[in-house]
Amino acid sequence: MKRGGLITLTSRGLFCKQGDFYIDPWKPVPKAVVTHAHADHTYRGNQDYLVPAEGALLSRIRLGDEAQISTQSYGEVANINGVSVSFHPAGHVLGSAQVRVEYKGEIWVVSGDYKLMPDATCAPFEPVKCHHFITEATFGLPIYRWQPTGEIFEQINSWWRRNIEKGKVSVIFAYALGKSQRIMNGIDRSIGPIFTHGAVERLTQAYRESGVDLPPTRYVGLVENKKEFAGSLIVAPPSAQASTWLRRFGTHSTGFASGWMMVRGARRQRAVDRGFVLSDHADWPELLEAIRSAEAQTVYVTHGFSEEVVRYLNETGANAVPLKTQFVGDDDAEFSDEESEHYGKTHSHDHDGGENE
Amino acid sequence: MRLFTDLYTALDQTNKTNEKVEAMREYFEQAPPADAAWAFYFLSGRKPRQIVPSRKLRDWAIEQAGIPEWLYEESRDTVGDGSETIALLLPNNSSTDDTPLRVLVEDQLLPLRGAPEDVQREAVTSAWARMNYSQRLVYNKLISGAFRVGVSQQLVVRALSQISEVPVDVITHRAMGDWEPTPEFFTGLLNEHLETDETPIARPFPFHLAHQMDFAPHDLGDLSEWQAEWKWDGIRSQVIKRQDEVFVWSRGEDLITERFPEIAQAAAALPNGTVLDGEILPWKDGRVLPFTELQKRIGRKNLSAKILSEVPVILQCYDLLELDGADIRAFEFATRRGLLEETVEKLPPEARAVFRVTESVSARDWLHMAATREQSRLLGVEGFMLKRRDSPYRTGRHRGDWWKWKIDPLTIDAVLIYAQKGTGKRANLFTDYTFGVWKDKELVPFAKAYSGLTDAEIRVVDRFVRANTIETFGPVRSVKPELVFEIAFEAIQRSTRHKSGVAVRFPRILRFRTDKKIEDADSLEAIHRMLDAYQNPT
Repeated sequence: MKRGGLITLTSRGLFCKQGDFYIDPWKPVPKAVVTHAHADHTYRGNQDYLVPAEGALLSRIRLGDEAQISTQSYGEVANINGVSVSFHPAGHVLGSAQVRVEYKGEIWVVSGDYKLMPDATCAPFEPVKCHHFITEATFGLPIYRWQPTGEIFEQINSWWRRNIEKGKVSVIFAYALGKSQRIMNGIDRSIGPIFTHGAVERLTQAYRESGVDLPPTRYVGLVENKKEFAGSLIVAPPSAQASTWLRRFGTHSTGFASGWMMVRGARRQRAVDRGFVLSDHADWPELLEAIRSAEAQTVYVTHGFSEEVVRYLNETGANAVPLKTQFVGDDDAEFSDEESEHYGKTHSHDHDGGENE
Repeated sequence: MRLFTDLYTALDQTNKTNEKVEAMREYFEQAPPADAAWAFYFLSGRKPRQIVPSRKLRDWAIEQAGIPEWLYEESRDTVGDGSETIALLLPNNSSTDDTPLRVLVEDQLLPLRGAPEDVQREAVTSAWARMNYSQRLVYNKLISGAFRVGVSQQLVVRALSQISEVPVDVITHRAMGDWEPTPEFFTGLLNEHLETDETPIARPFPFHLAHQMDFAPHDLGDLSEWQAEWKWDGIRSQVIKRQDEVFVWSRGEDLITERFPEIAQAAAALPNGTVLDGEILPWKDGRVLPFTELQKRIGRKNLSAKILSEVPVILQCYDLLELDGADIRAFEFATRRGLLEETVEKLPPEARAVFRVTESVSARDWLHMAATREQSRLLGVEGFMLKRRDSPYRTGRHRGDWWKWKIDPLTIDAVLIYAQKGTGKRANLFTDYTFGVWKDKELVPFAKAYSGLTDAEIRVVDRFVRANTIETFGPVRSVKPELVFEIAFEAIQRSTRHKSGVAVRFPRILRFRTDKKIEDADSLEAIHRMLDAYQNPT
């Protein structure tokens, strides 16, 4: 990263020296500005948090009652030690933001995780012009190109209907925060009842309280008669796949909703019956589009296929630099503790950065 | 190819056997025989030789996708499958191709082999333009000779048997050997009038395959009900003599008559209507040579006099399936074995030198049998085959009548030093490893292994590799020496081609030794001692 730039990479995370705050730090700091409530961006243990108001309920669940959280709506500008800080929708999950930082005419945007595709459960991505743009690259290869979301929901609907015909319960694995609610919002709720894993249910409540339109759901743990599961869709985090938790549903078919399902090998590794290509991250064309629309003189590329994206950008006339952060942005939460049944409790600061190459 | 693509997709999406069989039943009930014949051909693992080299497909796809070559390669490494990578990279298309499978294969694909490049290119790119993602995937696999789907021929036959009510064994036998995927062939396959079936003279019988013994031998009961034979490590083959013609088939149903002139010559001395089952082995001075010698010979395009004299072959015969033109598979094994001995005894000496009835090993009881088995490695065999004396010759892999009683593999502890991404199910995971052992203060590469870890262990190692890469050489990464694995292998021999000076057969990972440090790994000296103890004299 540019020496003496407004934002630098430190061992604790992205740091704005002038404003004396960090963005999405992975080690405890006095002041954290946070893009969204996923585990690899919202860590516990910081003294003060500034989060987007639209996602405040989710941050509270992740951080617990004791955390000092201030909120700020999209578009509002705060002044932190003379530095202007504002949030702009990232389209990733409810209340996800890009952080725009400006000081003496130098503008940085930390985009966190984002997608450009429409998602009824959160505000759409807003392009923000800047001098320095920090982007993720989770799906930064041209093999990743998402189909229209409606087609994916139609695949899930017909899978669910076919399972009902065959007397099977449908279990869909999806990231507990964001993907689960997006699925609930998008599928045909007239097909059958929807039940949730504990980790999903709590966040789903927070989504409803934040004003997102979701069908009624019931927490699996409260169901006493297993016959009630007949014909239902169960929404569970990926970690539930290998657990005995699934036994209660009897004959069932499993599905997995993730951008990784684009590749057959990844689906087979998962050993699920069906893969649904549904991601909350930008695909290849969206990444290029977002980067183009930022019109930045320098693009910093973090987690995912960052080296590939950097090389491609540099070959096509942009000025790009890889940035080794500890964000995961994994999309199937393989390395996240996001989905423990006791959401938030097991969180550790030593986040595994295995996919960060 | 809409129906066939749907079938491929259905088979690809499930790992449940009954769902696969159901998908195939649905397909074969709907498909016209001309298409069904080709579908059966592909599903049973046969494929036409590569029609267009995958390299060309790659180049045209790169052009169409408008991406640099290196980005294709990165994508290919992540996907782990060239056909799929191309299907993912081509510009989106919502149209669906309705060409019947027969027309696609016979009129569009096969004529492209050897056609001028611009003709191939035009045909391929216009096919891509007509097809959706799944069809492109199947098309790419068919045209590049890479078509594979997760069903065994056994499973396909089961589906066909269910819709036709022709017994599985009959369909399996009818599908052996060489045949053309014609509508007549397919209809004949499912013909319920068994007696009208005329066996083509080259057609082999389905092989009877054994299971690995996963219990103690005395659980098999009285030793007198069993016959033990040495288990040879060669090429399982069927030798057929009918109507003055000779056919040698491998278990993979390749016709290998011309690769083994010694066998073919000896077979000419057999009476017509004879079928032998046995193992082709490299053999010299009364003993078996290492399997690698046979591989050397298989690798040659032309069999020179030199290689024929360096690596001569014989057939260790262990069963007789046809005698005087009659199928005797239903006879008891002991009876068949007696008839086999008689048949071979009547042969002239030159043929008897090639066809050797495999030795039957006897012992007082299982304990003595187990003791005898300890000589296996010195004899160059893998242990025993145990066969029930009163058993028929069955179709396919069967539990109960034949058992492999193999000796335990040799093992050493080695350190992970290089890793590479796998393909297919292991795409984008570091699953292909090179292991090193100590030579003085240095770790030298000793063996490569791909299998043996659980999915969870693979993920642990994958993360370790990503976090502990020292250097990258193309697709290969050298990693910090830290992880120790117990490596098993079947045989060991001296090699000038390997840096370590040894080559091992069937190396695989036995255990992830998280309890061991790299200092605990074995040394090259220890391996050379193993070599001295066990190597087959060459």
